[in-house]
Amino acid sequence: MTTTTTTTAAVIRSGIARGLIEFRQAFSGAELIGQLFWPLVTLGAIYFFRDRSINAGGVTLGTMMFPGVLGMFVAFGMVLVIQLLAADREDGTLLRAKATPGGIPSYLLAKLVNVSLTVVVYLLMVAVPGSFLIDGLETANLRAWLTLAWVLVLGMAATQLLGAALGSMVSSPRAASYIALAVMALTAVSGIFYPLTAMPVWLQWVGQASPIYWLGLGMRSGLLPDAAAASEVAGSWRTWETVGALSAWTMLGLAIAPLLLRRMARRESGSRVADRRDRALQRVA
Amino acid sequence: MTVGVPGDSAIQVIDLRMRYGDKDVLHGVDLTVRRGEILALLGPNGAGKTTTIEILEGFRQRSAGEVSVLGLDPAVGDEAWRARVGIVLQSWRDHGKWRVRQFLANQGALYVPFGTPQVPRPWDVDELLLSVGLTGQADEQVRRLSGGQRRRLDVAVGLIGRPDLLFLDEPTAGLDPQARRDFHDLLRRVSDELDVTVLITTHDLAEADKLADRIAILVAGRIIAEGTSEQLSQRIASHDLVRWVRDGHQFEETTPDSTAFVRALLHDDGGSVTRLEVHRASLEDTYLGLVRAAEHPTTEAEEAA
Repeated sequence: MTTTTTTTAAVIRSGIARGLIEFRQAFSGAELIGQLFWPLVTLGAIYFFRDRSINAGGVTLGTMMFPGVLGMFVAFGMVLVIQLLAADREDGTLLRAKATPGGIPSYLLAKLVNVSLTVVVYLLMVAVPGSFLIDGLETANLRAWLTLAWVLVLGMAATQLLGAALGSMVSSPRAASYIALAVMALTAVSGIFYPLTAMPVWLQWVGQASPIYWLGLGMRSGLLPDAAAASEVAGSWRTWETVGALSAWTMLGLAIAPLLLRRMARRESGSRVADRRDRALQRVA
Repeated sequence: MTVGVPGDSAIQVIDLRMRYGDKDVLHGVDLTVRRGEILALLGPNGAGKTTTIEILEGFRQRSAGEVSVLGLDPAVGDEAWRARVGIVLQSWRDHGKWRVRQFLANQGALYVPFGTPQVPRPWDVDELLLSVGLTGQADEQVRRLSGGQRRRLDVAVGLIGRPDLLFLDEPTAGLDPQARRDFHDLLRRVSDELDVTVLITTHDLAEADKLADRIAILVAGRIIAEGTSEQLSQRIASHDLVRWVRDGHQFEETTPDSTAFVRALLHDDGGSVTRLEVHRASLEDTYLGLVRAAEHPTTEAEEAA
C-alpha cells in the first residue's frame, strides 16, 4: 500500500520535473526564434483585420477572430503532443521510459505539463499585445476571466489527450506531420477565422464535430459582448453545449489515450528503434 | 544441461523458441546466467542474439519455452521487477538536449520507491558519474558527448537504479579501438564494484574473451557451445586447421583429428592435392569454423542423421 502511494508520488514528481525541463529546453536559445513565429503571424493577421466590420452587433472581424485565435492556440497543443510523441519514439526516448519503472506515466505527465505551459506562453504572447490592438473586448468583468479559465482547462485536457491518442497510432514523424496538416485543415473550418454560419451547412457539421470549434466558441462567449452571439450557430453562445462537447472529448481522450499509448509502448524494442534509425539514415543518404 | 539452484542463477532459460510468421529464429535455447557473473552471448549477425536479449528484457513475447529472470517471467514482470533490471541498447540517441547530471537525476528519481534499507535506490548521481568517468561532463549537453562518452552515459543510465542485472546489446558497435578498450575496462570495474550480474551480446570473439566470465555461442538460433574462455579453448581449440589446393581451388577445414583427416584426404585424391598445410587452429579460427558449420544446412543434416 505504502509502496503504491510512494510510486505514484515518484511518478508525479519526476513527470512534473521532466515537463519543466523539456519546457525550458523548448524556450531557450535558437528554439525561441521558432516559437515566436506563429504568435507574430497571428498578431499580424489580427492587426490587418482590426477595422473590417462584420454583421454582428458592430464587432469587427479582428475582434471576432481574436478569441477564436486563442482557442486555436489551445488546440495547437494537440499537434504539439503528436509531434513530440513521434520524435520521442524515433530517438528511443519512449523505449527508455518503458525500460524504467513508472517511466511511461511519468513520460505522459511530462508531455502534458510541457505542452500546457507552452500553450499558456503562446496565449500570453498573443493575448497581451492583441488586447491593445483590438477594441470591444469584455476584459473588464470577472465573468469573462472565469469563462476563459474553464474553457482553457477543459480545452487543454481534451485536445492534448486526443493528441496523445492520435500520436500513439501513427508510426513515423512523416505520418505525424500529415495528421498535423489535417488538424490545421480542421481549424480552417472550425469558425476561428470566419463565423461558421457563413459556411455551407455540411462544413458547419464537420466544424462542430471538432473540439476546436467549441474552444473558439467558448473563448468568444467570454470575451465578446452578448450581442455578438447573433453570428453564431442558433444565435447563441450555447454554453452548456460547449461544456458538454469539451467534456465528452476529454472523457474520450482519458479512456483511449492510455490504452493506445500502452499498446504503442508494448511494441517498442531496441531493434525497432535501431530499424527506424537505419531507415532515417537511408532517407538522408 | 545442468539446472543450477534457482537462488544461484539470475537468468534461467529452458528450450526457448521464437517464430516470426513461418520462420523459426530460436530453436530451443538453453541458458543459465549465474548471479554476479558476466556472460557473453556470442554469435554472428542474425544468430538470434537480439531476439533472445529482448525476450529476457521483457520487450518481446516468446513463442515457447520457460524463461525466468530474477525469479520472474519477464513477460509478466511488474514495475518492481523492472526496477531491478538495467538496460543498455545499441543505439540510444535520446535526451540530446538534457544535461548529463540532470538526465541521470530525473531517471534515478523513479527508482526511489523501490529502494530498501539493504539496497538503497538509486545510486548517488555524482558517485556514478565518477565510476563511469563522466564527472567532467556532468553539466554538458548529452548531444555534445563523444561516441565513447555517450556509451558510458548509457551504462550509467542502465545502472542508476542499482540493478541486480544489467543487459547490454552490442554496446561497443561503432566505437573506435581506444574507446572500446576503455569501455571494456569500465564494464569489468563496475561489475565488480557495483556487484551486478551482466549479460552482454557481441559478435566479437576477442571482446567476449576479454570481458566475460563465461561465453555462450549462439549460431542460427541454437547455443552450440558454452563455457569459460579456457574451457572453450580446450574443447574447441584442440581442432586443427587444414588448408590445401586442389585443381587450382583453395580449401580449408577445421577438424579435431587432423591426422585422420589428411590420411583420408590424400587416400583418394589421385595426386591432385597440393600445398597442404596443417595448423593448430586459433580460438578465432575454430569459432568461425563452428559458425560456418552451424550455418551450413548439410552439416546440420549430417548431425541429425
